[in-house]
Amino acid sequence: MINKIVDSAAAALADVKDGATVMIGGFGTAGQPDVLIDALIAQGARDLTIVNNNAGNGDVGLAALLAAGRVRKIVCSFPRQADSHHFDRLYREGRLELELVPQGNLAERIRAAGAGIGGFFTPTGYGTLLAEGKETREIDGRMYVLERPLHADFALVKAERGDRWGNLTYRMTARNFGPIMATAAKCTVATVHEVAELGALDPEAIVTPGLFVQRVVHIPRQATRGAGFRAD
Amino acid sequence: MNGSPNTLPRWTRDQMAARVARDIADGAVVNLGIGLPTLVANHLPADREVVLHSENGVIGMGPAPAPGAEDFDLINAGKQPVTLLPGGAFFHHADSFAMMRGGHLDVCVLGAFQVSARGDLANWHTGAPGAIPAVGGAMDLAIGAKKTYVMMEHTTRQGESKLVEACTYPLTGLACVSRVYTDLAVIDLGAEGAVVVDRVPGLAFEQLQALTAIALRQA
Repeated sequence: MINKIVDSAAAALADVKDGATVMIGGFGTAGQPDVLIDALIAQGARDLTIVNNNAGNGDVGLAALLAAGRVRKIVCSFPRQADSHHFDRLYREGRLELELVPQGNLAERIRAAGAGIGGFFTPTGYGTLLAEGKETREIDGRMYVLERPLHADFALVKAERGDRWGNLTYRMTARNFGPIMATAAKCTVATVHEVAELGALDPEAIVTPGLFVQRVVHIPRQATRGAGFRAD
Repeated sequence: MNGSPNTLPRWTRDQMAARVARDIADGAVVNLGIGLPTLVANHLPADREVVLHSENGVIGMGPAPAPGAEDFDLINAGKQPVTLLPGGAFFHHADSFAMMRGGHLDVCVLGAFQVSARGDLANWHTGAPGAIPAVGGAMDLAIGAKKTYVMMEHTTRQGESKLVEACTYPLTGLACVSRVYTDLAVIDLGAEGAVVVDRVPGLAFEQLQALTAIALRQA
């Protein structure tokens, strides 16, 4: 029998090793798997490479992981925000490596990894600082930049409903990076607010089929926190 | 110079937004960038159905919710709570950027530090020492839509033209901007050069040219 339901976030993350690459879903705080990040902090793995759109907000979630000194490198598109003070400090002190990737290239690199693609030519970033040193090619009169897939050891995803096979649904714009990160990691851990009986999720509405998910943790619904900041 | 810059007539931010909105056709799918372009949503004519896309994964965005009715699972790219109109949909990030990069959006409206005569855009990084770079979706938005419009003040606070022969700030995209809306004029960029298609009432062409670092032509 397949049963991917794990008793706790701590149990789901017990085998994260030092030096692991961990994708963390979320766009700002929407879809950010706070419970899993807290468990990762408690678990103690160090020297992590984190893939996320941002670099933490305020003092909780990803920001707390950074503040705990567990992260060696972050791959993201938009680190600087009004309340990214932990990232700002560590970056300025030279204690955190930053790989800045245009947001669509970040998403497509994750998708490519999950889809077994060895690289792709994208027009995004051509002729800019973020394409420096990368292979370029003219295809049918347009210039493109070669981008490589982005794999991970773990993906931490916040979903809405799930079942024991790992099938997932999401809620509104909290979906963001979850479905693609789930495909790109060796081990995807998802939190769900509701565990459904197998067969109870509408097969037409399942966004992430269970084969992309290794572990599911049931977290009763908590209100999604307000972003607490505005874009500048 | 023809008149002090301080005494020139200028469009307000809302007037600029209304001027952009006038050019967005019924049925268009549009992405409005963070900041000044967001105001365009408030000026879309009621008799046109315009579909708003936000790169974090929503299409068919409606106005801001009433105070107290915010749902922070439903936000825009500026991380502000929004609403969903009937017909709206959610999707993941790779699909969202496929919509852009794949040329499925009609119009994208962006802010800018500088735009060059050939439509190069600089809007993500000042390049200043010590500045922390953040790009977000700027580079994808710049090159993805069928038309990329820029909304910006015509000059910096120091009075320097933001339309330039060549951008001095780090580039976001090459030759991607087709039209610029400023507080003084609407200017098309393309093979015909920079063509002024509209000016704030009371501003002479010569006054506009004196404040602009690239050669302008009258439509």
